[in-house]
Amino acid sequence: MTKLNIPVAASPAAVFAHRHLLGIEGLLPEEILVLLDLAEEAVEVSRQVEKKKSVLRGRTQINLFFEASTRTQSSFELAGKRLGADVMNMSVGSSSVKKGETLIDTAMTLNAMNPDILVVRHHAAGAVQLLAQKVGCSVINAGDGAHEHPTQALLDALTIRRHKGDIGQLKVAICGDILHSRVARSNILLLNALGAQVRCIGPSTLLPKALDRLGVTIFTDMREGLKDVDIVMMLRLQRERMDGSFVPSVREYFHFFGLDAEKLAFAKPDALVMHPGPMNRGVEIDSAIADGPQSLIREQVEMGVAVRMAVLEALAQNLPNA
Amino acid sequence: MDRLAEPARPLVLENARIVDPAQKLDARGSVIVVDGRIVAAGPGAAAQSKPEGAEIVDCRGAVVMPGLIDMRVFVGEPGGEHRETFASAGQAAAAGGVTTIVTMPDTDPVIDDVALVDFIARRARDTAKVRVLPMAALTKGLEGREMTEFGLLKGAGAVGFTDGRHSITNALVLRRALTYARDFGALIMHHPADPDLTGSGVMNEGETATRLGLSGIPKEAEIIMLERDVRLAALTRGRYHAAQISCAESLAVIRRAKKDGLAVSCGVSVTHLTLNERDIGPYRTFFRLSPPLRSEDDRQAMMEGVADGSIDVIVSSHDPQDVDTKRHPFAEAADGAVGLETLLAASLRLVHNGDADLLALARALSTRPAELLGLDTGRLTAGAPADLIVVDIGMPWICDADRLHSRSKNTPFEGARFEGRVLRTIVAGRTVYAYAGD
Repeated sequence: MTKLNIPVAASPAAVFAHRHLLGIEGLLPEEILVLLDLAEEAVEVSRQVEKKKSVLRGRTQINLFFEASTRTQSSFELAGKRLGADVMNMSVGSSSVKKGETLIDTAMTLNAMNPDILVVRHHAAGAVQLLAQKVGCSVINAGDGAHEHPTQALLDALTIRRHKGDIGQLKVAICGDILHSRVARSNILLLNALGAQVRCIGPSTLLPKALDRLGVTIFTDMREGLKDVDIVMMLRLQRERMDGSFVPSVREYFHFFGLDAEKLAFAKPDALVMHPGPMNRGVEIDSAIADGPQSLIREQVEMGVAVRMAVLEALAQNLPNA
Repeated sequence: MDRLAEPARPLVLENARIVDPAQKLDARGSVIVVDGRIVAAGPGAAAQSKPEGAEIVDCRGAVVMPGLIDMRVFVGEPGGEHRETFASAGQAAAAGGVTTIVTMPDTDPVIDDVALVDFIARRARDTAKVRVLPMAALTKGLEGREMTEFGLLKGAGAVGFTDGRHSITNALVLRRALTYARDFGALIMHHPADPDLTGSGVMNEGETATRLGLSGIPKEAEIIMLERDVRLAALTRGRYHAAQISCAESLAVIRRAKKDGLAVSCGVSVTHLTLNERDIGPYRTFFRLSPPLRSEDDRQAMMEGVADGSIDVIVSSHDPQDVDTKRHPFAEAADGAVGLETLLAASLRLVHNGDADLLALARALSTRPAELLGLDTGRLTAGAPADLIVVDIGMPWICDADRLHSRSKNTPFEGARFEGRVLRTIVAGRTVYAYAGD
């Protein structure tokens, strides 16, 4: 990789003075850069044979997933373990909800086990914030409804920065099911904070109301929207979250919004393609593109672990008795 | 409120600012009450001789106005007594200056039968401090299909017919109900919200919902159904009342209907006059309402509607919810907020901010509801039942949820600063609440 001119946090020791990471909203650009710099170090650690650091030694991290997720949960688990934490995974299906326990009851139960860090995914927007108000430990949002997924946006930013340098100089297109996507919201906030030009492309039925007020340019034509962009972020068509019909068929969706070579050709020749996974191949992305030379999709997974290590480390500095 | 009790002692409220929309009166004077009825009210009453043995109250310039008549109150009895009973709702109402509450039929069981209307009347008489008037279900079981026995229910004491928080999607059902109700002069009250357009929405559709990642409810869910309802009111010439409107476009629909001479009226909740969607802030479920809080422009429109009388009544939409329905993520929490005790104080913000005068407010809170429901209260004219309140409209206080009389504490006004406190609430000449300091 060529040496790039990458803006970094003014002072590497700059403090990340938050107790929780609930979203990208509320983070200063400076704080985002602190996390990205920490993540760069974590990438190095993770590529060594000895992958361990000890900043979380003796600490307990609970991964509380109300919604199943293999990749995010294992990414957080690995990140915690690499930093020396004792990591426990709890998958709270709908069963305890059916038994009548509220989210807050669950939170209080867990709180009694004295964890230091709670990583939470929940299907309802705002649920992680609600939980954070009720527990005594640090809370990381691993995705709440259609609200935010901050570590995904951070790992996307890290991946982009390692290839393209200053994010503020880039045109980024976020494509597909914006309506149901917390990844899109966190990315819009983060990319805007760092000064990128953000576009959203999708059928009007999958674009939330007043999206333009979030500081993005909206396109409903993929070719037009991809023109001259540096980064193409594809989103998963979240068919499981849809009540009713938003697009008539997968076939029609792929025809107009699936990323294939022909559409990608409208972006810059060196444009890079990303996807938060899991992918619906042949729905929003053609396999040839997903596995092709412009794809960063596998690298995103590696950066995911690094970014989560960075977030855990940053929050660890603010834990009591740290 | 037990009307079989002994007659109350005569009462004279003097040195008061008398506000009575029925007489377009806002002047210094007295009110004389004998045998639970108003004998005289106004500047002239001060010169009249005081009845023998009367309790004399020096109001020291405080406002005396008709007691509030709240046309949209969810109680919880029967079936949800852990949320609210007639007794606790009655205490909250008395403390808030509400002398009549109109209850919604969305209970368990649903109030769709003569025996149940009778149950409410007796139960409320025995336990509530204020008057409780039930509205009965418009359709059996609130299912939106078969209409209830309007004639018999009205005879038993139902003051109107509504499916409460449910909307009638079948236009034919509403058409028939409006037509049949006309024969009995019955009022049909409807909550216009298209359930399909509402979908999985939990707050107003727009930028705030998009930022919060919550699914939105478009205003059109209300507007479209209201437009349909107004067409049906024109077709049937029935008496139609929209329980609550929440946006500027709905107000335009109502204004047009009134201009066309239809028997159409509407209400607004005090929350939609004083709060907007941004107050939801960090997913605060006590601000989750139906209809949802709308934009600031819509709130402004609602205030104009009250000021010029296009909006007939202000309601609390009192809807007690306890922790097991509110302490959830926003999208999974129940709708509704308590409001009986804050109805007047929150409404007075319109007066203090110069958005409406006290006469317009008293009309929307009392006189107009009485007219729509065919009651002889809501006015201070001689002969009317002495349902009235004494209010220090300038007294500041801070709302503390724990001190509310309601059994449920889900108020969106926790910590809010109000000006205006009820000093005394009088029902049928009897004092049911007297302010005793904080």
